[in-house]
Amino acid sequence: MQAAPVTATSVRRVLGPSRRRLTLRRRRQWLGVLFAAPAVLVITVFFLVPLGLTFYMSLNDWSLLGAHSWTGLDNYTRAFKDPAFRSAFWFTLEYTAVITPLLFLLALGLALLVKRRRRGARFFQSIYFLPVVIGFASSSFLWLYMGQPGLGPLFDLLQRLHLVSADANWLADKQSALLLVVVSITWKVVGLQMLLLLAGLQSIPVELEEAARIDGAGRGAVFRYITLPLLRPTLALVLVFSVAGSLLAFDQFFIMTNGGPSNSTITAVYQIYRVSFVQFHLGYGAALSVLLMVVLAIVSAVQLLLLRNTDNA
Amino acid sequence: MAVTTRKARRERLMPRAAWWGTCTAVAVLFIYPLYVMLAQSLKAPKEAAAIPPTAYPHALSTQNYSDLSHSGEGLNVFDHIGNSVMVSVGATVATVVLSTLGGYAFARLRFPGSNIVFFVTLATFMIPFQAIITPLYIVLKDLGLQNSLLGLAIVYTTFQLPFGLFLMRNSFAALPASLEEAALMDGCNTLGAMLRVMLPVAIPGLITTALLTFFTAWNEFFAALILISDQAKFTLPVTLTLISSGVFGSVNWGLLEAGVALTIIPCIVIYLLLQRYYVGGLLSGAVKQ
Repeated sequence: MQAAPVTATSVRRVLGPSRRRLTLRRRRQWLGVLFAAPAVLVITVFFLVPLGLTFYMSLNDWSLLGAHSWTGLDNYTRAFKDPAFRSAFWFTLEYTAVITPLLFLLALGLALLVKRRRRGARFFQSIYFLPVVIGFASSSFLWLYMGQPGLGPLFDLLQRLHLVSADANWLADKQSALLLVVVSITWKVVGLQMLLLLAGLQSIPVELEEAARIDGAGRGAVFRYITLPLLRPTLALVLVFSVAGSLLAFDQFFIMTNGGPSNSTITAVYQIYRVSFVQFHLGYGAALSVLLMVVLAIVSAVQLLLLRNTDNA
Repeated sequence: MAVTTRKARRERLMPRAAWWGTCTAVAVLFIYPLYVMLAQSLKAPKEAAAIPPTAYPHALSTQNYSDLSHSGEGLNVFDHIGNSVMVSVGATVATVVLSTLGGYAFARLRFPGSNIVFFVTLATFMIPFQAIITPLYIVLKDLGLQNSLLGLAIVYTTFQLPFGLFLMRNSFAALPASLEEAALMDGCNTLGAMLRVMLPVAIPGLITTALLTFFTAWNEFFAALILISDQAKFTLPVTLTLISSGVFGSVNWGLLEAGVALTIIPCIVIYLLLQRYYVGGLLSGAVKQ
């Protein structure tokens, strides 16, 4: 092929449009900055600044009115010795340990139940999911009434079945108060976990399970060796959602138990609330927040680890 | 053939009737508390306080609902519904506008560093707002936005923005570039191309963003409890604490359940109408993490 002679017009023809395209690209970049700016500004001012401030405040003695003095790591050493925080920390773990397996097994059961593509399955999925759209606060008020000694319908029902005595007060005992909260939260969130597991189950190719069945594998074996391994990313996701949600529990205990009896159902977030906004030790509250973030970061790291292993498998 | 044997095996394991029976029984467990809420709220005040409770309202009464407007200490719950509507709608509009603009920028109008900025906004997902509530209170106070519904709406917007940006960026990125180019050729400017050509196709993502923001803002309790100190400005969920703590005298459970019903019913109605977008959005949000 013969090279075209380079002339002034051919240079202009090549440079002209590309220069115009260049300025057009510039303009689009600037427009991009302009479009992204409001969202970035809001996130910076109301998220990144408070996030940075959390760490700074945690190293200070900080009053509600803003007076503060540098105390270094005092707030942290105080946290590890503080019986109120330690009890809140252990109670949060206890709550998480109780509710996580319960939610998970029930959600898996529901997902397997409504998984089949049969008339009616979609309808039941929608019903089981319904409480998810309700807020934690309104759900807690509803169950607070359900479980009221004497006049609550749930209490009444169990009393008729002779499962509780007429003078029992669930909310005056830590174990039964926790049980009532666990029942209410299960009702409210199990549908969400069901939906996530359902999406995971339906993404598994039917042919795989069928092939295993044809090869003579029993139902249990198919579930154990085909379904469960392929479901692992979903399982990791659901478990981390569940654990993170439980570690952040507040509304249900604030509303239903008020932290009682004798502060035995105060969670980590509840304690942060009390320290910062009832006792007004804002610096100490910030230190507790940092510790909470560390725990949540560990949970996320474990999730990443679980997912990475799945990729290798 | 494989399909029929599989179906037959399943049928053997759990016959059709047993499946319907099980599903219905479980459905009753899920619906029962909602029935209790409605029934209790529709009982006359005297019946609502009966021990043992009646199974259904023996005399239907809307007394509890009308009492919500004028019971004790000048508290009108309907004003608080207004507060909730303002905050939720404000946060929803702000989130939709900001995530549409930002999502478009991150998908189509990339600038040097735009990917890094996008990842930083996504990273804020990992940190729950409960963990930064204390300094957030101080920042809002310094800006004169503490104890203000505007401030609360901004806070809700901030915490929904990462998800909205993620969703809208993906919606726009999924569209073919030729669509926008054609619009530009036809003489649209970039903003016009976005609004008239790209946005209509990205509507499902937009509805999902709006829905999730509205539900979150309407139901949110923790931030509203802390950031609003003036009783007249309480949102609906926080107002329920006033009813249950007996500002209206001793706790009136009929009244409380009427308040709970007014909080819950809008969510259920919107969910039933726009279920597809809500569920789809939740799933796409989950897959991201």
